Amino acid sequence: MDTFEYKRPGTVREALRLIATHPDAEIIAGGTDLVTLLRDRVRTPARLVDINGLPLDGLRWSRDGVRIGALCRNAVDDPRLAAAYPVLVRALRSGASPQIRNRATFGGNLLQGVRCPYFRLPEFACGRREPGTGCAAIEGDGRLLGIFGTSAACIAVHPSDCAVALLALDATVVVEGARGTRRIPVGDLHRLPGDTPHVEHALRDGELVVAVEVPASPFAARSTYVKFRERASYAFALASAAVAVHSERGVVRDARVCLGGVAPKPWRAHTAESALRGRRLDAAAIEAAAEAATAGAAPRPDNAYKVELVRGVVRRALTELLVK
Amino acid sequence: MLAGGLSLGAGLAAPPVRAEASGAKPEILTLVVNGDRVRLEVDVRASLLDTLRDRLRLTGTKKGCDQGACGACTVLLDGRRVLSCLTLAVMHEGSEVTTVEGLAEGDRLHPVQRAFVDHDGFQCGFCTSGQIMSAVGLLAERPRVTAAEIPELMSGNLCRCAAYSNIRDAIEAAAHLSREGE
Repeated sequence: MDTFEYKRPGTVREALRLIATHPDAEIIAGGTDLVTLLRDRVRTPARLVDINGLPLDGLRWSRDGVRIGALCRNAVDDPRLAAAYPVLVRALRSGASPQIRNRATFGGNLLQGVRCPYFRLPEFACGRREPGTGCAAIEGDGRLLGIFGTSAACIAVHPSDCAVALLALDATVVVEGARGTRRIPVGDLHRLPGDTPHVEHALRDGELVVAVEVPASPFAARSTYVKFRERASYAFALASAAVAVHSERGVVRDARVCLGGVAPKPWRAHTAESALRGRRLDAAAIEAAAEAATAGAAPRPDNAYKVELVRGVVRRALTELLVK
Repeated sequence: MLAGGLSLGAGLAAPPVRAEASGAKPEILTLVVNGDRVRLEVDVRASLLDTLRDRLRLTGTKKGCDQGACGACTVLLDGRRVLSCLTLAVMHEGSEVTTVEGLAEGDRLHPVQRAFVDHDGFQCGFCTSGQIMSAVGLLAERPRVTAAEIPELMSGNLCRCAAYSNIRDAIEAAAHLSREGE
């Protein structure tokens, strides 16, 4: 690990100044991802800004929904959150381990690095880590990598469960910077790699995530998260689905079908949502949505199994909603 | 200096000159470890794990994977179970840290330690201090934990000897015992 200057600001204003005045500043919150990236020299900041002293934790409820502070830990245990947004609490509980959830934050979860082994090991070429160096994964082992939204420059998948649930809930990320506050829909936060995989998200230089806002919505309460992984617990998703459905008089008015573990960003399966709208949520509609969720999949020979996992995980998640 | 191999032992040479060249200075840190207030100078890069083991000589906390995959380094930080390998010591000024050395009262084992002995919750023992600290953290989070919930809630601790069923039984017994004591 290279050394760095350590700073612990007490106010958001001071934090913004510390990141704006240093070109190689990096923010640390829970540290559960960043510490490994520092240790492996994937990230080599000259200044580390520890934001744990900022007043950015806790949940704030209003008629419009809930505002979750960026420093709120992933171990959030709030019965009201579980009742209003089951998909979010299930996604959080399926992520990492209790020890990691006790430290990991909402902001850090959204901005965590991809788990592509070639990104994590600096001896391999990775254009996400070092612009223009290519992608060792394309010629390598892609079993765990993406089937949607990948490019010739990067085939990594975003590892967050929480972000997939937030996408299904139409959540917004609140960021602050020198020029004030702006709001980014969760679906626009992460960038597809294209030919600039190193541009991972839509934050501008010097901006800080301060909160996530989850709106009240007619489909939030009837929602769930299902995750397929290589073992029963404590593993990243091979494929996961965050689903939410709003029905009126037995007919689906609106739906969300979002996928994790299969794309460089939380992946919204619009075709699957369209397949549900205007129908009764029954086995036939679920089958149609499960098939539609695979639209546009471009697997490699070594991860073609993920197409079937997408069908299966969407089917299972929507089937859970039948009893809700 | 190799990635992942930097150890900041008290007996070792000072960190490389880079620290001074780039203007990074060691930080003075105060921790409350197992009830004792300690003040020490730390390299900003030192993990809480290395600081406990190499600087404070509390080697009960184990360094297994050093990347958050095995749980052997679990300690309580301000009462909550965390992985000490995934956090920097410098981030915890004034915090209370409990390690496995801080559980027993003299010769009297903590109920979770006693339960691990009674239920033979280990073979080689390398994961045991992390398992025990994680179980103590779990029982604080969820005093009424059921046997069926224990595997998922202990999934952050791996045991290569696969003593899992005995570990589960030990935690279930400890939970029962602490409820009886209410």
